[in-house]
Amino acid sequence: MEPLDVELEAGELELPADPMHLNLGPSHPAMHGTVRIVLELSGETIVRSDVQIGYLHRGFEKMCERGTWTQVFPYVDRLNYISPMLNNVGYALAVEKLCGLVVPERCQWYRMALGELARLSDHLTCNGAMAMELGAFTPFLWFVKAREMIWDILEEETGARLTHSFGRIGGMASPPTQDFKGLCRAALPPILELVEEGERMLLKNRIFIDRLENVGAISGPDAVGLGWTGPCLRATGVAYDIRKVHPYLKYDEVDFDVPVGTKGDTLDRFLVRLGEIRQSKRILEQVLDRMPDTGPVNCDDPAVVLPDKLDVYTTIEATIQHFKLIMEGAKIPKGEVYSYTEGGNGELGYYLVSDGSGTPYRVRIRPPCFQITGGLSKILEGRMLSDIVPTFGSLNMIGGECDH
Amino acid sequence: MSQLVLDKLKERFGTAILETHSQVGDDTALVDAASWKAVSLFLRQDPALDFDLPVDLCGVDYPTRVPRMEVVMHLYSTSRRHRIRLKARVGDEDMEGAEIDSVTSIWPGMDWLEREVYDMSGVRFRGHPDLRRILMYPEFEGHPLQRTYAAERTQPLVPYRTEEEAGMPLRKIEPFGPEEGMPFGRVPPPHPEDN
Repeated sequence: MEPLDVELEAGELELPADPMHLNLGPSHPAMHGTVRIVLELSGETIVRSDVQIGYLHRGFEKMCERGTWTQVFPYVDRLNYISPMLNNVGYALAVEKLCGLVVPERCQWYRMALGELARLSDHLTCNGAMAMELGAFTPFLWFVKAREMIWDILEEETGARLTHSFGRIGGMASPPTQDFKGLCRAALPPILELVEEGERMLLKNRIFIDRLENVGAISGPDAVGLGWTGPCLRATGVAYDIRKVHPYLKYDEVDFDVPVGTKGDTLDRFLVRLGEIRQSKRILEQVLDRMPDTGPVNCDDPAVVLPDKLDVYTTIEATIQHFKLIMEGAKIPKGEVYSYTEGGNGELGYYLVSDGSGTPYRVRIRPPCFQITGGLSKILEGRMLSDIVPTFGSLNMIGGECDH
Repeated sequence: MSQLVLDKLKERFGTAILETHSQVGDDTALVDAASWKAVSLFLRQDPALDFDLPVDLCGVDYPTRVPRMEVVMHLYSTSRRHRIRLKARVGDEDMEGAEIDSVTSIWPGMDWLEREVYDMSGVRFRGHPDLRRILMYPEFEGHPLQRTYAAERTQPLVPYRTEEEAGMPLRKIEPFGPEEGMPFGRVPPPHPEDN
Protein backbone atom coordinates (compact mmCIF):
# COMPACT_ATOMS: atom_id res chain seq x y z
CA MET A 1 0.00 0.00 0.00
CA GLU A 2 1.27 3.46 -0.81
CA PRO A 3 1.97 5.81 2.08
CA LEU A 4 -0.66 8.53 2.55
CA ASP A 5 1.79 11.36 3.02
CA VAL A 6 3.08 11.66 -0.46
CA GLU A 7 6.17 13.77 -0.63
CA LEU A 8 5.56 16.87 -2.61
CA GLU A 9 7.86 19.61 -3.72
CA ALA A 10 7.68 22.82 -1.72
CA GLY A 11 6.20 24.76 -4.61
CA GLU A 12 3.19 22.50 -4.89
CA LEU A 13 2.20 22.95 -1.26
CA GLU A 14 1.49 26.64 -1.51
CA LEU A 15 -2.16 27.51 -1.26
CA PRO A 16 -3.50 30.29 -3.46
CA ALA A 17 -3.17 33.63 -1.68
CA ASP A 18 -5.78 35.45 -3.78
CA PRO A 19 -9.09 36.17 -2.11
CA MET A 20 -11.86 33.81 -3.09
CA HIS A 21 -15.15 35.04 -4.48
CA LEU A 22 -18.32 33.38 -3.32
CA ASN A 23 -21.95 33.99 -4.19
CA LEU A 24 -24.43 33.52 -1.38
CA GLY A 25 -27.97 33.55 -2.67
CA PRO A 26 -30.25 34.88 -4.13
CA SER A 27 -31.91 31.68 -3.01
CA HIS A 28 -30.03 30.02 -0.24
CA PRO A 29 -31.48 27.45 2.16
CA ALA A 30 -29.84 29.02 5.20
CA MET A 31 -31.12 32.51 4.55
CA HIS A 32 -34.69 33.62 4.39
CA GLY A 33 -35.57 36.23 1.84
CA THR A 34 -34.16 36.67 -1.60
CA VAL A 35 -30.92 38.51 -1.26
CA ARG A 36 -27.58 37.90 -2.83
CA ILE A 37 -24.33 38.51 -1.02
CA VAL A 38 -21.18 38.53 -3.10
CA LEU A 39 -18.32 37.77 -0.79
CA GLU A 40 -14.61 38.20 -1.03
CA LEU A 41 -13.10 35.67 1.32
CA SER A 42 -9.63 35.29 2.71
CA GLY A 43 -9.71 31.78 4.06
CA GLU A 44 -12.97 31.84 5.96
CA THR A 45 -12.85 35.53 6.86
CA ILE A 46 -14.96 38.01 4.96
CA VAL A 47 -12.79 40.71 3.46
CA ARG A 48 -15.47 42.52 1.53
CA SER A 49 -19.10 41.88 0.88
CA ASP A 50 -21.61 43.34 -1.51
CA VAL A 51 -25.25 42.89 -0.56
CA GLN A 52 -27.53 42.95 -3.58
CA ILE A 53 -31.27 43.34 -3.25
CA GLY A 54 -34.13 43.93 -5.65
CA TYR A 55 -35.16 40.35 -6.40
CA LEU A 56 -38.62 41.01 -5.00
CA HIS A 57 -39.17 44.42 -6.56
CA ARG A 58 -42.75 44.74 -7.69
CA GLY A 59 -43.01 48.45 -8.42
CA PHE A 60 -45.12 49.21 -5.38
CA GLU A 61 -44.65 52.96 -5.63
CA LYS A 62 -45.44 53.02 -9.34
CA MET A 63 -48.58 50.91 -8.90
CA CYS A 64 -49.89 53.27 -6.24
CA GLU A 65 -49.94 56.11 -8.75
CA ARG A 66 -52.62 54.36 -10.80
CA GLY A 67 -55.48 53.66 -8.39
CA THR A 68 -57.33 55.53 -5.70
CA TRP A 69 -55.99 56.30 -2.25
CA THR A 70 -57.95 53.38 -0.79
CA GLN A 71 -56.61 50.95 -3.38
CA VAL A 72 -53.16 51.31 -1.86
CA PHE A 73 -54.17 49.18 1.14
CA PRO A 74 -53.80 45.79 -0.60
CA TYR A 75 -50.35 46.83 -1.80
CA VAL A 76 -49.10 47.84 1.65
CA ASP A 77 -50.22 44.44 2.94
CA ARG A 78 -47.65 42.87 0.68
CA LEU A 79 -44.74 45.02 1.80
CA ASN A 80 -44.08 43.56 5.20
CA TYR A 81 -46.04 40.35 4.82
CA ILE A 82 -45.36 39.18 8.37
CA SER A 83 -47.02 42.15 10.02
CA PRO A 84 -49.35 43.56 7.37
CA MET A 85 -51.65 45.15 9.92
CA LEU A 86 -48.93 47.57 11.03
CA ASN A 87 -48.50 48.68 7.43
CA ASN A 88 -52.26 49.12 7.03
CA VAL A 89 -52.47 51.27 10.13
CA GLY A 90 -49.35 53.23 9.19
CA TYR A 91 -50.69 54.12 5.78
CA ALA A 92 -54.14 54.98 7.12
CA LEU A 93 -52.57 57.30 9.70
CA ALA A 94 -50.51 59.02 6.99
CA VAL A 95 -53.53 59.79 4.83
CA GLU A 96 -55.51 60.87 7.87
CA LYS A 97 -52.70 63.20 8.92
CA LEU A 98 -52.92 64.87 5.51
CA CYS A 99 -56.71 65.17 5.79
CA GLY A 100 -56.59 66.33 9.39
CA LEU A 101 -58.83 63.42 10.44
CA VAL A 102 -58.76 61.75 13.83
CA VAL A 103 -60.50 58.39 14.06
CA PRO A 104 -62.89 57.67 16.97
CA GLU A 105 -61.47 56.41 20.22
CA ARG A 106 -62.73 52.89 19.78
CA CYS A 107 -60.96 52.63 16.44
CA GLN A 108 -57.71 53.92 17.93
CA TRP A 109 -57.73 51.19 20.57
CA TYR A 110 -58.71 48.63 17.96
CA ARG A 111 -55.85 49.64 15.69
CA MET A 112 -53.44 49.39 18.59
CA ALA A 113 -54.68 45.92 19.51
CA LEU A 114 -54.39 44.64 15.94
CA GLY A 115 -51.02 46.34 15.54
CA GLU A 116 -49.59 44.72 18.65
CA LEU A 117 -50.83 41.33 17.52
CA ALA A 118 -49.03 41.89 14.24
CA ARG A 119 -45.88 42.95 16.08
CA LEU A 120 -46.01 39.75 18.12
CA SER A 121 -46.22 37.70 14.95
CA ASP A 122 -43.34 39.66 13.40
CA HIS A 123 -40.99 39.13 16.34
CA LEU A 124 -41.99 35.49 16.74
CA THR A 125 -41.23 34.82 13.09
CA CYS A 126 -37.91 36.60 13.15
CA ASN A 127 -36.61 34.92 16.28
CA GLY A 128 -37.97 31.53 15.28
CA ALA A 129 -36.54 31.68 11.77
CA MET A 130 -33.16 32.77 13.05
CA ALA A 131 -33.06 29.83 15.46
CA MET A 132 -34.10 27.48 12.67
CA GLU A 133 -31.33 28.69 10.42
CA LEU A 134 -28.90 27.84 13.19
CA GLY A 135 -30.28 24.34 13.32
CA ALA A 136 -32.74 24.68 16.19
CA PHE A 137 -35.85 23.50 14.45
CA THR A 138 -38.06 22.80 17.48
CA PRO A 139 -38.21 26.35 18.89
CA PHE A 140 -39.13 27.51 15.41
CA LEU A 141 -42.12 25.21 15.44
CA TRP A 142 -43.17 26.50 18.86
CA PHE A 143 -42.85 30.12 17.79
CA VAL A 144 -44.79 29.42 14.62
CA LYS A 145 -47.43 27.63 16.66
CA ALA A 146 -47.78 30.81 18.73
CA ARG A 147 -47.88 32.87 15.56
CA GLU A 148 -50.60 30.62 14.22
CA MET A 149 -52.77 31.49 17.25
CA ILE A 150 -52.34 35.18 16.44
CA TRP A 151 -53.22 34.61 12.82
CA ASP A 152 -56.32 32.73 13.89
CA ILE A 153 -57.48 35.84 15.76
CA LEU A 154 -56.65 38.07 12.82
CA GLU A 155 -58.48 35.72 10.49
CA GLU A 156 -61.51 35.87 12.74
CA GLU A 157 -61.37 39.66 12.65
CA THR A 158 -60.49 40.37 9.05
CA GLY A 159 -61.30 37.22 7.12
CA ALA A 160 -57.73 36.74 5.91
CA ARG A 161 -54.77 35.17 7.60
CA LEU A 162 -52.08 37.19 5.99
CA THR A 163 -53.11 39.90 3.58
CA HIS A 164 -55.88 41.54 5.52
CA SER A 165 -56.41 44.79 3.54
CA PHE A 166 -58.29 45.81 6.64
CA GLY A 167 -57.38 49.46 7.09
CA ARG A 168 -59.48 52.23 5.62
CA ILE A 169 -59.02 55.97 5.48
CA GLY A 170 -60.89 57.23 8.52
CA GLY A 171 -61.49 53.89 10.19
CA MET A 172 -61.36 50.15 9.65
CA ALA A 173 -63.14 47.86 7.22
CA SER A 174 -65.41 46.55 9.97
CA PRO A 175 -65.83 46.97 13.73
CA PRO A 176 -64.31 44.45 16.14
CA THR A 177 -66.19 41.19 16.36
CA GLN A 178 -68.07 40.25 19.50
CA ASP A 179 -65.49 37.67 20.52
CA PHE A 180 -62.41 39.76 19.80
CA LYS A 181 -61.51 40.53 23.40
CA GLY A 182 -62.27 37.01 24.55
CA LEU A 183 -60.16 35.47 21.79
CA CYS A 184 -57.20 37.69 22.61
CA ARG A 185 -57.43 37.08 26.33
CA ALA A 186 -57.62 33.35 25.75
CA ALA A 187 -54.71 33.27 23.32
CA LEU A 188 -52.19 35.43 25.19
CA PRO A 189 -51.24 33.03 28.02
CA PRO A 190 -50.53 30.02 25.75
CA ILE A 191 -48.58 32.27 23.36
CA LEU A 192 -46.38 33.53 26.18
CA GLU A 193 -45.96 30.00 27.46
CA LEU A 194 -44.72 28.86 24.08
CA VAL A 195 -42.34 31.80 23.89
CA GLU A 196 -40.95 31.02 27.33
CA GLU A 197 -40.52 27.38 26.44
CA GLY A 198 -38.65 28.28 23.28
CA GLU A 199 -36.60 30.87 25.09
CA ARG A 200 -35.50 28.41 27.77
CA MET A 201 -34.52 25.94 25.11
CA LEU A 202 -32.42 28.47 23.22
CA LEU A 203 -30.88 30.69 25.86
CA LYS A 204 -29.59 27.77 27.90
CA ASN A 205 -27.99 26.27 24.86
CA ARG A 206 -24.29 26.91 24.75
CA ILE A 207 -24.01 26.46 21.00
CA PHE A 208 -26.78 28.93 20.30
CA ILE A 209 -25.29 31.58 22.61
CA ASP A 210 -21.79 31.09 21.21
CA ARG A 211 -23.02 31.63 17.71
CA LEU A 212 -24.82 34.85 18.62
CA GLU A 213 -22.70 36.56 21.21
CA ASN A 214 -20.39 39.30 19.91
CA VAL A 215 -21.36 38.43 16.36
CA GLY A 216 -22.40 41.27 14.07
CA ALA A 217 -21.95 43.94 16.72
CA ILE A 218 -22.41 47.61 15.92
CA SER A 219 -22.14 50.71 18.07
CA GLY A 220 -25.06 53.04 18.71
CA PRO A 221 -23.75 56.09 16.79
CA ASP A 222 -22.79 53.88 13.83
CA ALA A 223 -26.25 52.35 13.72
CA VAL A 224 -27.89 55.78 13.86
CA GLY A 225 -25.65 57.04 11.06
CA LEU A 226 -26.70 54.10 8.92
CA GLY A 227 -30.33 55.00 9.47
CA TRP A 228 -31.16 51.95 11.59
CA THR A 229 -34.34 52.01 13.62
CA GLY A 230 -36.43 49.53 15.55
CA PRO A 231 -35.18 46.50 17.51
CA CYS A 232 -31.85 46.52 15.67
CA LEU A 233 -31.14 50.08 16.83
CA ARG A 234 -32.47 49.50 20.33
CA ALA A 235 -30.12 46.53 20.68
CA THR A 236 -27.25 49.01 20.53
CA GLY A 237 -28.65 50.92 23.51
CA VAL A 238 -30.37 53.80 21.70
CA ALA A 239 -33.89 53.82 23.13
CA TYR A 240 -35.62 55.20 20.05
CA ASP A 241 -39.10 53.74 19.98
CA ILE A 242 -41.63 55.91 18.18
CA ARG A 243 -44.42 54.60 20.37
CA LYS A 244 -42.61 56.14 23.33
CA VAL A 245 -40.82 59.15 21.84
CA HIS A 246 -43.55 60.41 19.51
CA PRO A 247 -46.69 58.60 20.67
CA TYR A 248 -49.48 58.12 18.16
CA LEU A 249 -52.91 56.53 18.61
CA LYS A 250 -53.19 55.94 22.38
CA TYR A 251 -49.64 54.82 23.10
CA ASP A 252 -49.15 57.71 25.52
CA GLU A 253 -51.93 56.32 27.70
CA VAL A 254 -50.59 52.79 28.12
CA ASP A 255 -47.77 51.68 30.33
CA PHE A 256 -44.86 49.85 28.74
CA ASP A 257 -41.08 49.77 28.75
CA VAL A 258 -38.62 49.94 25.88
CA PRO A 259 -36.17 47.03 26.09
CA VAL A 260 -32.68 48.01 25.04
CA GLY A 261 -29.46 46.06 24.59
CA THR A 262 -25.92 47.06 25.38
CA LYS A 263 -23.58 45.62 22.79
CA GLY A 264 -25.65 45.74 19.63
CA ASP A 265 -24.72 42.19 18.69
CA THR A 266 -26.92 39.45 17.36
CA LEU A 267 -27.75 38.12 20.82
CA ASP A 268 -28.91 41.59 21.90
CA ARG A 269 -31.18 41.84 18.89
CA PHE A 270 -32.63 38.44 19.75
CA LEU A 271 -33.18 39.47 23.38
CA VAL A 272 -34.67 42.85 22.50
CA ARG A 273 -37.25 41.11 20.31
CA LEU A 274 -38.07 38.69 23.13
CA GLY A 275 -38.44 41.66 25.48
CA GLU A 276 -40.74 43.39 23.05
CA ILE A 277 -42.95 40.34 22.82
CA ARG A 278 -43.55 40.68 26.58
CA GLN A 279 -44.14 44.43 26.27
CA SER A 280 -46.60 43.89 23.44
CA LYS A 281 -48.48 41.48 25.65
CA ARG A 282 -48.56 44.15 28.37
CA ILE A 283 -49.85 46.77 25.94
CA LEU A 284 -52.40 44.36 24.56
CA GLU A 285 -53.80 43.58 28.00
CA GLN A 286 -54.25 47.28 28.76
CA VAL A 287 -55.79 47.93 25.36
CA LEU A 288 -58.31 45.12 25.83
CA ASP A 289 -59.30 46.55 29.22
CA ARG A 290 -59.76 50.04 27.90
CA MET A 291 -61.27 49.50 24.44
CA PRO A 292 -64.96 50.47 24.51
CA ASP A 293 -67.38 47.79 23.39
CA THR A 294 -69.73 50.21 21.71
CA GLY A 295 -69.39 53.38 19.72
CA PRO A 296 -68.43 54.24 16.17
CA VAL A 297 -65.31 52.86 14.53
CA ASN A 298 -65.30 55.02 11.42
CA CYS A 299 -65.08 58.79 11.21
CA ASP A 300 -68.26 60.66 10.46
CA ASP A 301 -66.85 62.21 7.30
CA PRO A 302 -68.82 61.38 4.15
CA ALA A 303 -65.99 62.75 1.98
CA VAL A 304 -63.71 59.79 2.74
CA VAL A 305 -65.73 57.10 4.53
CA LEU A 306 -68.09 54.81 2.66
CA PRO A 307 -71.76 55.12 3.67
CA ASP A 308 -73.62 52.38 5.47
CA LYS A 309 -74.50 49.48 3.15
CA LEU A 310 -78.18 49.61 4.04
CA ASP A 311 -78.32 53.28 3.03
CA VAL A 312 -76.51 52.54 -0.23
CA TYR A 313 -79.23 50.10 -1.22
CA THR A 314 -82.16 52.27 -0.09
CA THR A 315 -81.28 55.94 -0.68
CA ILE A 316 -80.08 57.72 -3.79
CA GLU A 317 -77.72 60.06 -1.88
CA ALA A 318 -75.80 57.20 -0.35
CA THR A 319 -75.70 55.37 -3.69
CA ILE A 320 -74.14 58.40 -5.38
CA GLN A 321 -71.70 58.89 -2.52
CA HIS A 322 -70.69 55.23 -2.64
CA PHE A 323 -70.27 55.36 -6.42
CA LYS A 324 -68.13 58.48 -6.31
CA LEU A 325 -65.92 57.16 -3.52
CA ILE A 326 -65.34 53.90 -5.37
CA MET A 327 -64.97 55.25 -8.89
CA GLU A 328 -63.19 58.56 -8.28
CA GLY A 329 -61.73 57.88 -4.87
CA ALA A 330 -61.72 60.09 -1.83
CA LYS A 331 -60.35 63.53 -2.61
CA ILE A 332 -57.36 64.11 -0.38
CA PRO A 333 -56.30 67.75 0.20
CA LYS A 334 -53.38 69.01 -1.85
CA GLY A 335 -50.07 68.87 -0.08
CA GLU A 336 -47.39 66.58 1.25
CA VAL A 337 -47.03 64.66 4.48
CA TYR A 338 -44.56 62.38 6.19
CA SER A 339 -46.09 60.13 8.79
CA TYR A 340 -44.15 57.59 10.80
CA THR A 341 -45.12 54.71 13.03
CA GLU A 342 -43.23 51.94 14.77
CA GLY A 343 -43.35 48.95 12.45
CA GLY A 344 -42.11 45.48 13.27
CA ASN A 345 -38.59 46.37 12.20
CA GLY A 346 -38.44 50.05 12.99
CA GLU A 347 -39.62 53.35 11.69
CA LEU A 348 -42.20 52.70 9.01
CA GLY A 349 -42.72 55.99 7.24
CA TYR A 350 -45.00 57.09 4.44
CA TYR A 351 -44.27 60.21 2.46
CA LEU A 352 -47.37 61.11 0.47
CA VAL A 353 -47.82 63.83 -2.11
CA SER A 354 -51.35 64.72 -3.12
CA ASP A 355 -52.40 66.95 -6.00
CA GLY A 356 -55.90 67.19 -4.58
CA SER A 357 -57.37 64.39 -6.73
CA GLY A 358 -58.60 60.92 -5.91
CA THR A 359 -55.32 59.32 -7.02
CA PRO A 360 -52.08 59.66 -5.09
CA TYR A 361 -49.47 61.74 -6.89
CA ARG A 362 -46.65 59.98 -5.09
CA VAL A 363 -46.61 57.32 -2.42
CA ARG A 364 -43.21 56.79 -0.95
CA ILE A 365 -42.65 54.18 1.69
CA ARG A 366 -39.71 54.32 4.03
CA PRO A 367 -39.22 50.64 4.81
CA PRO A 368 -37.10 50.08 7.92
CA CYS A 369 -35.46 46.99 6.40
CA PHE A 370 -33.93 48.87 3.52
CA GLN A 371 -31.41 50.80 5.56
CA ILE A 372 -30.87 47.96 8.01
CA THR A 373 -29.92 45.67 5.13
CA GLY A 374 -27.80 48.52 3.78
CA GLY A 375 -25.68 48.28 6.91
CA LEU A 376 -25.25 44.52 6.65
CA SER A 377 -22.01 44.58 4.70
CA LYS A 378 -20.51 46.90 7.32
CA ILE A 379 -21.14 44.51 10.20
CA LEU A 380 -20.06 41.46 8.18
CA GLU A 381 -16.59 42.68 7.34
CA GLY A 382 -13.88 40.85 9.25
CA ARG A 383 -16.29 38.18 10.46
CA MET A 384 -16.37 34.52 9.55
CA LEU A 385 -18.45 33.08 6.75
CA SER A 386 -20.65 31.15 9.18
CA ASP A 387 -21.54 34.37 11.03
CA ILE A 388 -23.55 35.58 8.05
CA VAL A 389 -26.48 33.31 8.82
CA PRO A 390 -27.25 34.48 12.39
CA THR A 391 -26.41 38.10 11.58
CA PHE A 392 -28.64 38.21 8.55
CA GLY A 393 -31.41 36.37 10.38
CA SER A 394 -31.36 38.82 13.27
CA LEU A 395 -31.81 41.83 10.97
CA ASN A 396 -35.17 40.39 9.87
CA MET A 397 -34.93 41.53 6.29
CA ILE A 398 -38.34 41.27 4.67
CA GLY A 399 -37.93 41.08 0.92
CA GLY A 400 -41.25 42.66 0.04
CA GLU A 401 -40.55 45.70 2.14
CA CYS A 402 -36.88 46.06 1.40
CA ASP A 403 -37.29 45.77 -2.37
CA HIS A 404 -40.47 47.86 -2.53
CA MET B 1 -39.32 73.53 18.69
CA SER B 2 -38.79 72.68 15.11
CA GLN B 3 -39.47 76.21 13.92
CA LEU B 4 -36.04 76.79 15.42
CA VAL B 5 -34.53 74.58 12.73
CA LEU B 6 -36.07 76.58 9.91
CA ASP B 7 -35.09 79.89 11.56
CA LYS B 8 -31.52 78.76 12.00
CA LEU B 9 -31.35 77.60 8.40
CA LYS B 10 -32.68 80.90 7.09
CA GLU B 11 -30.31 82.84 9.29
CA ARG B 12 -27.29 80.81 8.20
CA PHE B 13 -28.00 80.38 4.50
CA GLY B 14 -30.23 83.34 3.60
CA THR B 15 -31.20 83.24 -0.05
CA ALA B 16 -30.15 79.60 -0.54
CA ILE B 17 -33.31 78.64 1.38
CA LEU B 18 -35.88 79.23 -1.33
CA GLU B 19 -39.08 78.34 0.49
CA THR B 20 -40.22 77.02 3.84
CA HIS B 21 -43.52 75.70 5.12
CA SER B 22 -44.85 73.65 8.00
CA GLN B 23 -47.91 71.99 6.48
CA VAL B 24 -49.58 69.53 8.90
CA GLY B 25 -46.67 70.05 11.26
CA ASP B 26 -43.89 68.83 8.94
CA ASP B 27 -41.17 71.48 8.75
CA THR B 28 -39.97 71.73 5.19
CA ALA B 29 -37.21 73.74 3.57
CA LEU B 30 -36.64 73.98 -0.17
CA VAL B 31 -32.98 74.66 -0.72
CA ASP B 32 -30.92 75.61 -3.70
CA ALA B 33 -29.48 72.42 -5.21
CA ALA B 34 -25.99 73.96 -5.22
CA SER B 35 -25.97 74.29 -1.43
CA TRP B 36 -27.46 70.82 -0.77
CA LYS B 37 -24.30 69.46 0.77
CA ALA B 38 -23.46 72.60 2.75
CA VAL B 39 -26.94 72.68 4.28
CA SER B 40 -26.72 68.96 5.08
CA LEU B 41 -23.36 69.37 6.75
CA PHE B 42 -24.69 72.27 8.83
CA LEU B 43 -27.72 70.24 9.92
CA ARG B 44 -25.47 67.37 10.97
CA GLN B 45 -22.78 69.38 12.74
CA ASP B 46 -24.59 72.23 14.47
CA PRO B 47 -24.94 71.08 18.09
CA ALA B 48 -28.38 72.66 18.47
CA LEU B 49 -29.66 70.79 15.40
CA ASP B 50 -27.71 67.51 15.46
CA PHE B 51 -29.60 65.62 12.77
CA ASP B 52 -27.91 62.25 13.11
CA LEU B 53 -30.49 59.82 11.69
CA PRO B 54 -30.90 59.76 7.90
CA VAL B 55 -34.54 58.75 7.63
CA ASP B 56 -35.38 58.81 3.97
CA LEU B 57 -34.47 60.09 0.55
CA CYS B 58 -36.71 59.97 -2.49
CA GLY B 59 -37.41 61.69 -5.78
CA VAL B 60 -40.73 63.20 -6.78
CA ASP B 61 -41.16 63.93 -10.47
CA TYR B 62 -43.06 66.96 -11.77
CA PRO B 63 -42.63 66.68 -15.56
CA THR B 64 -44.31 70.01 -16.28
CA ARG B 65 -42.01 72.00 -14.04
CA VAL B 66 -38.46 73.18 -14.57
CA PRO B 67 -36.43 72.05 -12.67
CA ARG B 68 -38.32 68.84 -12.88
CA MET B 69 -37.18 66.38 -10.24
CA GLU B 70 -37.57 67.11 -6.57
CA VAL B 71 -35.15 65.30 -4.26
CA VAL B 72 -36.73 64.97 -0.83
CA MET B 73 -34.74 64.11 2.26
CA HIS B 74 -36.11 63.43 5.72
CA LEU B 75 -33.88 63.74 8.76
CA TYR B 76 -34.32 63.11 12.44
CA SER B 77 -32.30 63.96 15.51
CA THR B 78 -32.23 61.29 18.20
CA SER B 79 -30.90 63.75 20.79
CA ARG B 80 -33.12 66.78 20.02
CA ARG B 81 -36.05 64.71 18.79
CA HIS B 82 -36.96 66.96 15.91
CA ARG B 83 -37.40 66.34 12.23
CA ILE B 84 -36.94 68.23 9.02
CA ARG B 85 -37.74 67.68 5.38
CA LEU B 86 -35.20 69.09 2.97
CA LYS B 87 -35.98 69.46 -0.72
CA ALA B 88 -34.04 70.50 -3.78
CA ARG B 89 -35.06 70.67 -7.43
CA VAL B 90 -32.84 69.46 -10.25
CA GLY B 91 -32.94 68.59 -13.94
CA ASP B 92 -34.69 70.12 -16.95
CA GLU B 93 -37.53 68.59 -19.02
CA ASP B 94 -35.33 65.78 -20.34
CA MET B 95 -33.62 65.22 -16.98
CA GLU B 96 -30.49 66.90 -18.33
CA GLY B 97 -28.31 68.14 -15.51
CA ALA B 98 -30.22 66.17 -12.88
CA GLU B 99 -27.22 66.07 -10.58
CA ILE B 100 -26.81 66.81 -6.93
CA ASP B 101 -24.03 66.40 -4.38
CA SER B 102 -23.89 63.12 -2.53
CA VAL B 103 -24.22 63.31 1.25
CA THR B 104 -22.90 59.79 1.86
CA SER B 105 -19.86 61.21 3.63
CA ILE B 106 -22.16 62.89 6.18
CA TRP B 107 -24.54 59.97 6.76
CA PRO B 108 -23.30 56.52 5.66
CA GLY B 109 -26.94 55.40 5.56
CA MET B 110 -27.53 57.63 2.54
CA ASP B 111 -25.45 55.25 0.41
CA TRP B 112 -28.26 52.88 -0.52
CA LEU B 113 -30.90 55.60 -0.54
CA GLU B 114 -28.97 57.61 -3.11
CA ARG B 115 -28.50 54.50 -5.22
CA GLU B 116 -32.22 53.92 -5.04
CA VAL B 117 -33.08 57.48 -6.10
CA TYR B 118 -30.62 57.16 -8.97
CA ASP B 119 -32.15 53.83 -9.97
CA MET B 120 -35.80 54.84 -9.65
CA SER B 121 -35.79 58.54 -10.51
CA GLY B 122 -32.59 59.06 -12.48
CA VAL B 123 -30.88 61.68 -10.32
CA ARG B 124 -27.10 61.38 -10.38
CA PHE B 125 -25.24 61.97 -7.13
CA ARG B 126 -21.87 63.66 -7.50
CA GLY B 127 -19.23 62.05 -5.35
CA HIS B 128 -21.15 58.87 -4.52
CA PRO B 129 -18.61 56.06 -4.11
CA ASP B 130 -20.60 53.36 -5.90
CA LEU B 131 -23.50 54.73 -7.92
CA ARG B 132 -25.14 51.74 -9.59
CA ARG B 133 -28.66 50.42 -9.77
CA ILE B 134 -29.95 48.76 -6.62
CA LEU B 135 -33.49 47.47 -7.18
CA MET B 136 -33.33 47.06 -10.95
CA TYR B 137 -30.81 45.06 -12.95
CA PRO B 138 -27.95 46.80 -14.75
CA GLU B 139 -29.48 46.34 -18.21
CA PHE B 140 -32.74 48.08 -17.27
CA GLU B 141 -33.56 51.01 -19.56
CA GLY B 142 -35.00 54.18 -18.09
CA HIS B 143 -36.00 55.10 -14.57
CA PRO B 144 -39.38 53.69 -13.56
CA LEU B 145 -40.49 56.33 -11.09
CA GLN B 146 -40.29 59.17 -13.57
CA ARG B 147 -43.83 60.19 -14.47
CA THR B 148 -42.93 59.92 -18.16
CA TYR B 149 -42.08 56.22 -17.79
CA ALA B 150 -45.29 54.51 -18.90
CA ALA B 151 -46.45 51.89 -16.43
CA GLU B 152 -47.15 49.36 -19.21
CA ARG B 153 -43.78 49.81 -20.88
CA THR B 154 -41.89 46.55 -21.33
CA GLN B 155 -38.17 46.04 -21.21
CA PRO B 156 -36.05 44.31 -23.87
CA LEU B 157 -34.84 40.81 -23.10
CA VAL B 158 -31.33 40.66 -21.77
CA PRO B 159 -29.21 38.39 -23.96
CA TYR B 160 -27.17 35.63 -22.39
CA ARG B 161 -23.60 36.51 -21.63
CA THR B 162 -21.10 35.28 -24.13
CA GLU B 163 -18.14 33.28 -22.95
CA GLU B 164 -15.85 36.25 -23.70
CA GLU B 165 -17.96 38.55 -21.52
CA ALA B 166 -18.11 36.09 -18.68
CA GLY B 167 -14.43 35.28 -18.97
CA MET B 168 -15.06 31.58 -18.40
CA PRO B 169 -16.62 28.61 -20.15
CA LEU B 170 -20.37 28.69 -19.52
CA ARG B 171 -21.33 25.19 -20.69
CA LYS B 172 -24.99 26.03 -21.13
CA ILE B 173 -27.18 23.00 -21.65
CA GLU B 174 -29.94 23.45 -24.15
CA PRO B 175 -33.32 22.91 -22.54
CA PHE B 176 -35.11 19.87 -23.97
CA GLY B 177 -32.33 18.82 -26.26
CA PRO B 178 -33.17 16.29 -28.97
CA GLU B 179 -31.55 13.43 -27.05
CA GLU B 180 -33.14 14.10 -23.64
CA GLY B 181 -36.21 15.28 -21.85
CA MET B 182 -39.79 14.43 -22.53
CA PRO B 183 -40.45 13.47 -26.14
CA PHE B 184 -44.19 14.16 -26.27
CA GLY B 185 -45.27 17.09 -28.36
CA ARG B 186 -41.97 17.24 -30.10
CA VAL B 187 -41.18 15.68 -33.41
CA PRO B 188 -38.13 13.49 -32.89
CA PRO B 189 -35.30 14.29 -35.26
CA PRO B 190 -34.92 11.81 -38.10
CA HIS B 191 -32.44 9.14 -37.29
CA PRO B 192 -29.37 9.25 -39.53
CA GLU B 193 -29.80 5.56 -40.43
CA ASP B 194 -33.35 6.14 -41.75
CA ASN B 195 -32.10 8.20 -44.68
